[in-house]
Amino acid sequence: MSVTKEPVAVVGIGQTKHVAARKDVSIAGLVREAAQRALQDAQLTWADIDAVVIGKAPDFFEGVMMPELYLADALGAVGKPMLRVHTAGSVGGSTALVASKLVASRVHKTVLTLAFEKQSESNAMWGLSLPVPFQQPLLAGAGGFFAPHVRAYMRRTGAPDHIGSLVAYKDRRNALKNPYAHLHEKDITLEKVQASPMLWDPVRYSETCPSSDGACAMILTDREGAARSPQAPAWVHGGAMRSEPTMFAGKDFVSPQAGKDCAADVYQQAGIKDPRREIDLAEIYVPFSWYEPMWLENLGFAEEGEGWKLTEAGVTELDGDLPINPSGGVLSTNPIGASGMIRFAEAALQVRGQAGEHQVDGARKAMGHAYGGGSQFFAMWLVGSEPPQN
Amino acid sequence: MREVAIVAFAQSDQVRHSDEQSEVEMLMPVLHQVKEQTGLNASDIGFTCSGSSDYLAGRAFSFTMALDGVGAWPPISESHVEMDGAWAMYEAWVKILTGEADTALVYSYGKTSPGSVRDVLTRQLDPYYVAPLWPDAVALAALQAQALIDAGETDEPALAGIAARSRDSAADNAHALMKGSVPQGDYVVQPLRKGDCPPISDGAVAVVLAAGDKARELCARPAWIRGMDHRIEAHSLGVRDLTDSPSTRLAAERAGVFERPVDTAELHAPFTSQEVVLRKALKLGDDVNVNPSGGALAANTVMAAGLLRIGEAAARIHRGESDRALAHATSGPCLQQNLVAVLEGDAQ
Repeated sequence: MSVTKEPVAVVGIGQTKHVAARKDVSIAGLVREAAQRALQDAQLTWADIDAVVIGKAPDFFEGVMMPELYLADALGAVGKPMLRVHTAGSVGGSTALVASKLVASRVHKTVLTLAFEKQSESNAMWGLSLPVPFQQPLLAGAGGFFAPHVRAYMRRTGAPDHIGSLVAYKDRRNALKNPYAHLHEKDITLEKVQASPMLWDPVRYSETCPSSDGACAMILTDREGAARSPQAPAWVHGGAMRSEPTMFAGKDFVSPQAGKDCAADVYQQAGIKDPRREIDLAEIYVPFSWYEPMWLENLGFAEEGEGWKLTEAGVTELDGDLPINPSGGVLSTNPIGASGMIRFAEAALQVRGQAGEHQVDGARKAMGHAYGGGSQFFAMWLVGSEPPQN
Repeated sequence: MREVAIVAFAQSDQVRHSDEQSEVEMLMPVLHQVKEQTGLNASDIGFTCSGSSDYLAGRAFSFTMALDGVGAWPPISESHVEMDGAWAMYEAWVKILTGEADTALVYSYGKTSPGSVRDVLTRQLDPYYVAPLWPDAVALAALQAQALIDAGETDEPALAGIAARSRDSAADNAHALMKGSVPQGDYVVQPLRKGDCPPISDGAVAVVLAAGDKARELCARPAWIRGMDHRIEAHSLGVRDLTDSPSTRLAAERAGVFERPVDTAELHAPFTSQEVVLRKALKLGDDVNVNPSGGALAANTVMAAGLLRIGEAAARIHRGESDRALAHATSGPCLQQNLVAVLEGDAQ
């Protein structure tokens, strides 16, 4: 049976100014701020929203079990459906995709989707490191887990040691053009990045994501809603999720199959044959600098072993041929549960032409990417300035 | 709207303790059962969605372990909600409605026993104004029960009757934990007695969804999902009328419950008093067979008990014991969030 999906448009985007600690607001205050900005952007009110889909990373990060129950009031969800997604670090992306399905299936017309993390409420590193009987410990947070896989990438490709610092230097400079980014290091230099302390060899302090408080919200709607939109919408051309187990014999941590499959699915939906040429920019989930070249290969923007060469040649700079993370990326802003949605939202901002100082000229197709767990959960979407053709 | 049905259902025994088993060990046999029922392998299934809680597991990303039991290799299209499995099924149903998948595996599990679940559930409450007071789940349900008694909606003997009927029904349910006659006992929190409260249980549940002809191919009598909807209410108990459940009523309306009478209702009412609220909101008459499985009073595996209700209702349709059934799931303090599904079998 063939089913015709409703095209999905992004008509509202809102973020909070991401910072280390939002001591001035409660969790409810934080999420409401982002949601109201998204509504304002779409020129809609709470009454226009049919359903709310919220996502965040582990509940231990704030110490609130299933916080959506408490947040129902703040997000105008009373009397409406409310879903809570949790797919580890990819959750911000997955949440947007779950929301988009509600519109694509015509179950709802207009949906508010939001992701957040208020990491200052606790300590994310130790929230991730609770000892589990009979399981390998996570070794002091995510950096300890991912650094060996970066080493494996360097060994496999022969990438020179300085590539990671180039990524960090670029993303932190891009962040200076994004008013919502957490880190605004006005005096950043490449030398400073390279001189920063080594945390998890080969990942240095300045090549690591910060810990942020922040929320990001989007309003997704159908064709009718898009027609009423006061500003140009971004259209969803493809979206997919893929998962694989954390560990198994033969797992490729450097370039996981689930990531490749997820990207292939998105490209197929969007009719993309050559991602490097057809996609104008990508917001990809790079929590540690080296993940830029790694994901460039995994996503098919570069041949295997060639990703670092794009970074080194400046291709991924804001004025490069394929800008990666013009917003400053996860390296500059990381409210974990929201980070995936920020990638998705920044991709949408770009094709709407509303990214301000970090706008990529003429951006028509952009990718948003998120991953999580032990490089095992992937969520991606491709958005365009024009409605999808298929 | 695309025709989608529940074509398989399996559950573990719901047990008081599962110290000797991890979550994935508890879940695996259940996943194997639904795969055997349908003949589907992991790679045949279009979408997988699960529901569970890190706060029960006591660790972050606890659902990643369960993925080992699914056999997610080659990689699968998969998602997870930090909600009861009933909402995972909702997500999977929507996915099938888009046409992106024709089949879906939905599962959930919970180990309620390792911690004091009464206290653990206080962490769901408003973290600034309510959670610091640690009002536990039984105490909040008792407030609701007292409000019902004060409003003349029920009394203690009526609640005892609900408890007795539920556990009598559970006598026929091989997987239930608390079966047969159980003394009402002393007050746990007045007016709720021990018999009014659910047992603490651990367990796992899985269902398989399929669309159209695929459903007919996989199941002799599919349980067609005629409608499904869920709604949430305000969090603060002080702004709610605890004797009513407008979110359940609205979800039921949207799901089409009131279009024709149902013969069976599986209600997720962990406390006897909550069945009173739900019966009223759903306008269920005495001719409806309520909780033939024994309901949550016979086994209340947190995060799975809602999907269990849906699975039990579907199984009755599969067996030809029901033609039109209602299934309900709840989450949050005092029935804050509610999901309602209407299931039907083809004419026999």
